[in-house]
Amino acid sequence: MTEHHSTSAHITPYRTLATVLVVLLGLTFVTIEITSFDLKAWNVTIALLVACLKGYLVLSYFMHLKYENLLTKILVGMVIVLFALIIIITYIDYLFR
Amino acid sequence: MEHQAKAHLLEHRDDEAAKLGMWLFIFTEILLFGGLFLVYAVYRAMYHTQFHEASLELNVVFGAVNTIVLLVSSMAVAMALTALQENKVKLSRQLIWLTVLCALIFMVNKYFEWGAKFEHDIYPGSELLRKLEHGHILYYGLYFAMTGLHALHVTVGMIILIVVERRIKAGKVHAEKFVFLENAALYWHLVDLIWIFLFPLLYLIT
Repeated sequence: MTEHHSTSAHITPYRTLATVLVVLLGLTFVTIEITSFDLKAWNVTIALLVACLKGYLVLSYFMHLKYENLLTKILVGMVIVLFALIIIITYIDYLFR
Repeated sequence: MEHQAKAHLLEHRDDEAAKLGMWLFIFTEILLFGGLFLVYAVYRAMYHTQFHEASLELNVVFGAVNTIVLLVSSMAVAMALTALQENKVKLSRQLIWLTVLCALIFMVNKYFEWGAKFEHDIYPGSELLRKLEHGHILYYGLYFAMTGLHALHVTVGMIILIVVERRIKAGKVHAEKFVFLENAALYWHLVDLIWIFLFPLLYLIT
């Protein structure tokens, strides 16, 4: 085939993509339902946790990160860590003012 | 010398590098929206009650419908790539048009959502907003800035997808050379990814 192009041509089956969509829609429904109750601070936590899970699914399957080379995976991981650090450091600054 | 001759025969391209370049661009986009999320987080902590009051004004239905539309479109464009890789050109093009249609629905929906806000005299710098407290102004400012910037990305993504579809039709993007569709799809998934975080932050958490 096209080995000389060294394209990691992993073809994601339609079935996998459809399953991911169903899970994503399910998670959307779950967050809307849960956040409609007043659970105080838990609302934010649950909504963000579900959003992270959805983001993970989109990155892994829709964006093919699961089948991507190690370099790309490490880079994405580093960007997420960088963003988390920015949030945490800013929050610490805000809290100790 | 032999190597040079071979390189001349082979097409000058590097799909892996093209994709890596796209990812680097995506990182800058993540940090762009990340900055806005950060501003939102800090102001939310500072003006907790006012953010709560203001966020109740948003219509969850608009947000939920747009979430569903974007998720479906994201799957459609991922499937378009699968179809092209399997050399099903017609199916791939149909799936890209489905994605564009979803983008259009998203924008129409946004038009009505923003339109309703404008009718209630809620827009940056409006008479009503200027009379409200600081937290309200900040919340709506962030709401319009974040959803507006996102809507701009939806529009750009829509144009890119149409360009890809034209190129597939012209035979320039095909089963052996699909990195352009792959990168366009990555951009579209980014638009979806950002909305996944915008929706709960603006519409659900009150």
